[in-house]
Amino acid sequence: MKTLYDKLWDRHVVWADGAEALLYIDLHLVHEVTSPQAFAGLRGAGRPVRAPSRTLAVPDHNVPTTPDRSHAIKDAEGRRQLEALAANCREFGVPYIPMDDMRQGIVHVIGPELGATMPGMTIVCGDSHTSTHGAFGALAFGIGTSEVEHVLATQCLPMRKSLNMAVIAEDPLPPGLTAKDLALAVTAKVGAAGGVGHVIEYRGAAFTGLSMEGRMTVCNMAIEAGARAGLMAPDETTFAYVHGRAGAPRGADFDRAVEDWRSLATDAGAAYDKEVVLTAADLAPQVTWGTSPEDALPITGRVPDPDSFADPDKRAAAKASLDYMGLTPGTPLNGIVIDKVFLGSCTNGRIEDLRAAAAVLRGRKIAAGVGMLVVPGSGQVKAAAEREGLDAVFRAAGAEWREPGCSMCLGMNPDVLKPGERCAATSNRNFVGRQGPGGRTHLVSPAMAAAAALTGRLTDVRKFTQVHEWKNS
Amino acid sequence: MEKFLSLTAVAVPLPMINVDTDIIIPARALKTTARDGLGTLAFHALRFDGEGNAREVCVFNQARYRGAGILIAGANFGCGSSREHAAWALRDMGVRCVIAPSFADIFASNCVKNGLLCVTLPQATVDALARLAAEGNTAGGLFTVDLERQCITTPDGGVVPFAVDAAKRGKLMAGLDDIGATLARAGEIEAFEQRRGRAEPWRASARLDVV
Ligand code: SF4
Repeated sequence: MKTLYDKLWDRHVVWADGAEALLYIDLHLVHEVTSPQAFAGLRGAGRPVRAPSRTLAVPDHNVPTTPDRSHAIKDAEGRRQLEALAANCREFGVPYIPMDDMRQGIVHVIGPELGATMPGMTIVCGDSHTSTHGAFGALAFGIGTSEVEHVLATQCLPMRKSLNMAVIAEDPLPPGLTAKDLALAVTAKVGAAGGVGHVIEYRGAAFTGLSMEGRMTVCNMAIEAGARAGLMAPDETTFAYVHGRAGAPRGADFDRAVEDWRSLATDAGAAYDKEVVLTAADLAPQVTWGTSPEDALPITGRVPDPDSFADPDKRAAAKASLDYMGLTPGTPLNGIVIDKVFLGSCTNGRIEDLRAAAAVLRGRKIAAGVGMLVVPGSGQVKAAAEREGLDAVFRAAGAEWREPGCSMCLGMNPDVLKPGERCAATSNRNFVGRQGPGGRTHLVSPAMAAAAALTGRLTDVRKFTQVHEWKNS
Repeated sequence: MEKFLSLTAVAVPLPMINVDTDIIIPARALKTTARDGLGTLAFHALRFDGEGNAREVCVFNQARYRGAGILIAGANFGCGSSREHAAWALRDMGVRCVIAPSFADIFASNCVKNGLLCVTLPQATVDALARLAAEGNTAGGLFTVDLERQCITTPDGGVVPFAVDAAKRGKLMAGLDDIGATLARAGEIEAFEQRRGRAEPWRASARLDVV
């Protein structure tokens, strides 16, 4: 009896000696920030890229998102990194999507979009949110730059197997709640370190009821619970998404592939090393109050009192968090005044996310003094949104409509918070300084981000009537 | 890669949980295409206030911890991003060993690749070591981390044994280029690719080179 993770692992073992195994990597995604030193390493050792066709590179982390980016990137260091990626891909024969290509976008958005991501694969990238691709039933995880070099040179990674963990929510997600709320609730329940040493498989109706976009949001945040990867068993929803994409097998091959992919699901009776159970019906829209993604609470809650934590380390961490966040214990979360709203990232920069936010904003204006940045996850997402007129909705509401990239998720490009600014963000990390030195981040869903933009405060989106207009995303 | 056998150094205590990679090295430092020089931005948000003034309370600004080679940290150290820059920044600061109750997975593998030893010990033991590091350094208290004997000798002469994954220990002690080791298995890798092609013939019309 095997779990989905066991099966994916077994299929890719090239060689094993006890706990150490050499794992074959099917797809290696590369971006500009974690790869230059890896290419330099190859060059220094005189090694080629072993399988360029299993490698795909795109710039995303530090690309500007303003429309003038095709003319000039003002930041010299950022520009050098982009030029280095292009030159390295040319030199080593790696497929490369340039910044001005309409397929450019965040690696974790474009992999699935292009059909490069498929069930049953092993996928790595020098980026911790590679866990996103686990939504397809692919074993996908982030690696460091030395490992990027290792995969470029060998298409393999020496690894030890992680433990199996299941996160289970058997009941469906209530209407008006989104995958992001689920992901945040899971992170709070498991804890930022709860998944360390494990691969999480998400099971139950709350998860299987999600679209592929929603599943990606959930798996994206597996790393925030410390897990090496997040997984969902591929099913009809998965196959329908993959079918017809550029990289997918065609015709009868696709049917054969689907048959094979079906066999990946965890066997009935297979055991997990750890199980965490959640009741979806109990959930309300989530928001974080602190500087760890585990600091999530329902919007109906209040800023906690550090003294309410029994664990002395947690107490100290909460105290430091509140200090940094400029919050007082007991303050209702609903109503905290914000300055900025960021809609985007590999967590929530896909078309469904933009639709969910636009449904709340349609026909309304964002609050005076609030700046809202909408950054589509890819050129294709941007084009789809423009076809649907979502850009017009955002613009009419007073938001900025930008070019695709990571943007204010990590503030490597010019999109950063100023010290002390408070932001409702749809990204995945509220770490100290993540969105810019001194910036304060509250993680929320796209719908909640839109609600916050309208009122200028963290707001329970259920007070807006459009709740029924969006699907769980 | 530099070998790790034994290290005798000052230890700096940082008893915070969930110290993430953005704290260790902020994103704005990631624009480099080199591996060195990151130490100046390491722990920047802890070391400096909003106006750029050094915070006296921060251990990294205190003279007695200058040049510390060992960092004693809280649980889930290195969580967050996969940026190897975190390991490079620690190395650039002179840190070659981190002792904590637990480490984030990706960070821990990055450390091995850079000759940086992560020692996992129970919370109470780490707390005791952190206390010693906080109190003992006035007497020039040095800790010795011996990977060969798998033990830490404290400034007061105490000895704390630790367990470490055998493969990691081997790599650290040998300072191996593990890419070379994998390339030596090229035959097995090719055999795997062929086996897999036969087992999954539908891959024939799947295109990985989508661009
Ligand atoms: S959007 Fe944010 S989390 Fe996602 S890859 Fe980019 S920087 Fe990382």
